[in-house]
Amino acid sequence: MGAVMSESTSEVLVRFRNVQKSYDGENLIVKDLNLDIRKGEFLTLLGPSGSGKTTSLMMLAGFETPTSGVIELAGRSLNNVPPHKRNIGMVFQNYALFPHMTVAENLAFPLSVRGMAKTDIQDRVKRVLSMVQLDKFAGRYPGQMSGGQQQRVALARALVFEPQLVLMDEPLGALDKQLREHMQMEIKHLHQRLGVTVVYVTHDQGEALTMSDRVAVFHQGEIQQIDAPSVLYENPRNTFVANFIGENNRLSGRLVSRDGEHCVVQLDRGEQVRALAVNVGEPGSPVSLSVRPERISLNGHSEHCDNRFSGRVQEFIYLGDHVRVRMEVCGKPDFYVKQPIAELDHQLSVGDVVPLGWQVDHVRALDPLEHAE
Amino acid sequence: MMASSAPMPDHPLTTQDGVPLKTKLARAERMNKLKSLALVLPLALFLLLTFVVPIGSLLLRSVDNPEVVASLPSTVKAIGAWDGKSLPPEPVYRAVAADLIKARDDQTLGDLGKRLNMEVAGYRSLLGKTARALPFDPAPASYKDALVKLDERWGDPAYWQAIRRNGSAHTPFYLLAAVDHRVDDLGDITATTPDQAIYLDVFARTFWMSAVVTVISLLLAYPLAYLLVSLPTRKSNLLMIMVLLPFWTSVLVRVAAWIVLLQSGGLINSALMALGITDHPLQLVFNRVGVYIAMVHILLPFMILPIYSVMKGISPTYLRAAVSLGSHPFGAFWKVYFPQTVAGVGAGCLLVFILSIGYYITPALLGSPNDQMVSYFVAFYTNTTINWGMATALGGLLLAATMVLYMVYSKLVGAGRLRLG
Repeated sequence: MGAVMSESTSEVLVRFRNVQKSYDGENLIVKDLNLDIRKGEFLTLLGPSGSGKTTSLMMLAGFETPTSGVIELAGRSLNNVPPHKRNIGMVFQNYALFPHMTVAENLAFPLSVRGMAKTDIQDRVKRVLSMVQLDKFAGRYPGQMSGGQQQRVALARALVFEPQLVLMDEPLGALDKQLREHMQMEIKHLHQRLGVTVVYVTHDQGEALTMSDRVAVFHQGEIQQIDAPSVLYENPRNTFVANFIGENNRLSGRLVSRDGEHCVVQLDRGEQVRALAVNVGEPGSPVSLSVRPERISLNGHSEHCDNRFSGRVQEFIYLGDHVRVRMEVCGKPDFYVKQPIAELDHQLSVGDVVPLGWQVDHVRALDPLEHAE
Repeated sequence: MMASSAPMPDHPLTTQDGVPLKTKLARAERMNKLKSLALVLPLALFLLLTFVVPIGSLLLRSVDNPEVVASLPSTVKAIGAWDGKSLPPEPVYRAVAADLIKARDDQTLGDLGKRLNMEVAGYRSLLGKTARALPFDPAPASYKDALVKLDERWGDPAYWQAIRRNGSAHTPFYLLAAVDHRVDDLGDITATTPDQAIYLDVFARTFWMSAVVTVISLLLAYPLAYLLVSLPTRKSNLLMIMVLLPFWTSVLVRVAAWIVLLQSGGLINSALMALGITDHPLQLVFNRVGVYIAMVHILLPFMILPIYSVMKGISPTYLRAAVSLGSHPFGAFWKVYFPQTVAGVGAGCLLVFILSIGYYITPALLGSPNDQMVSYFVAFYTNTTINWGMATALGGLLLAATMVLYMVYSKLVGAGRLRLG
């Protein structure tokens, strides 16, 4: 995070400084939030429910006040600015389109409260409607539209008054999978086209990886890691992030020795694994190893691997483009290996014992998991 | 996701065996329809017997006019030939003498006298006097001369016109009287003399007082309903019980309680004087103020509940969204929240207004004679003078006013959006 902060500050649009939030005076929902949001970026706050991500967003929007700390927008403290003067667009979970107004009236609302001339309002509404491809729906009421269309109107309404910052609170949660994926791309393209800064809250890691420039992973009121999606996936800094983002095989053991970047970990049954030392303590302390299922090679492919073991095939799960193989490895019965269809050995059957392995760069030694899920 | 019905095809669809699909569907659904009809049949019959039939027959009373036709049948027949200007011809006089003898024997003379006395004052005594003198013995050559000789009022065409006007079993008399109009001697509808005209004022007073009660209730109920939906469930439930508490007490008890509280030596006046706000007791009861206070208190739940039920369905996110779009919280409330509650406000106002215009006991106990509403006169005519015609005419007009109000409301807001809680 230090690297982020040292970047040129003129680029920073929003700055959280030591922000804390408590509702009952006993528990901190947001523990000590320090976060810089850069101008023009698509930042996602990702985390399970209750992790403080929505509270942080609501503090930025002005619907919650920080218990302590400062939030700045474009260098100005927001603490005493009421929400209606912050000029921040917001898309709500259930769209919050005004049901007694037509689409055009909904879109005109933020413009008319700003005292804009009627003809200008009409122009703007027309432009923003064509931007979300709903030109023909101006006279409809929200109740007469599908969920996806309502979502696009909500998006247009948050953008129509050209705010420099748009907040989105799980805006795609109510849509079905296919529509959600479609809307993800639509929002991403809109962001690229308009260059507006977006802060997006979701608990769906797939959504976060697809859309964001950067993702901040929240857990228990703290940011665990904030990085680009690829860094987050390939180089998780701790076990929580490794587990929360993507699939992950977890092996627990104890640190034997450490030399620079690498270390040796002894598993509970005695096998030794060479791994990247990312987040480990002294030799002898417990360690959690993380290996992505797609980084594991089976049979002959495993010959050049640094870590080689054998596993018993338990189950095949067919998923069209790939097959997930559940294996028992090092005493762990739910060790998954992801095999692309083209690489799958069709001789393989349940009960076979096969060699497998992975490179030292693809296994990461992290902090032990405090409590099993 | 979208609840759109499939468009109707141009040619009728048929099932496999060639029967049109619609017929087949109707046949399949018939049993279900019959079943559901059978389920509501008892209620429908109950409503018909206890609601529609009694009210309908009561309303008919307002145009019912049986006395003259029943008691003076041959007179009514004979008077049809009269031109209505000079005195009626001899056969009419002869017929009235015969009819009066029969009416006296059948003991219907009292009702007849009462009815005709409404038309021309003094008719009752004329009939009594005439009936006592009948039959003439010996039979006179001219009944006309004999009757005029007995009482010169029989020589006045106005008395005969009263009989002629009532030659039908139905009359607009009561309905016209209820709006301060009458049919004059020439058969035209005219306004009654100002010293007799009271009902239009009473109607105006009724509507005005109901409107005031409705407005006060709305002003009190709207913020309270908003509080009820914004409070956490536990607190709002407690508050709701307090709102409903008056519902569970008898109206009479509540009115009596208000008299105790509001009278000159009552709690409120003593408190005001003890606080030095006033040095002499304020007149809070037995006038308009007392009626307003008690009626608003009694009718407030009818305003709160529909508004509350509508507000409960409105997500607070709408207000947040409006504020995030740059609207001041007050503006957001007025432009975004209030329009969504209009259906509840309309339903509450309609309920309170309709209940108000029928109010009887509260104004009767807490008001001065100048605060009595239409229902007071309905009760007066029903209980004191036993004049069903006037009572039902006034009641029927109230009912008509309610119907008109409802139609206006459904035109403005749409009856489909009416939410009664």
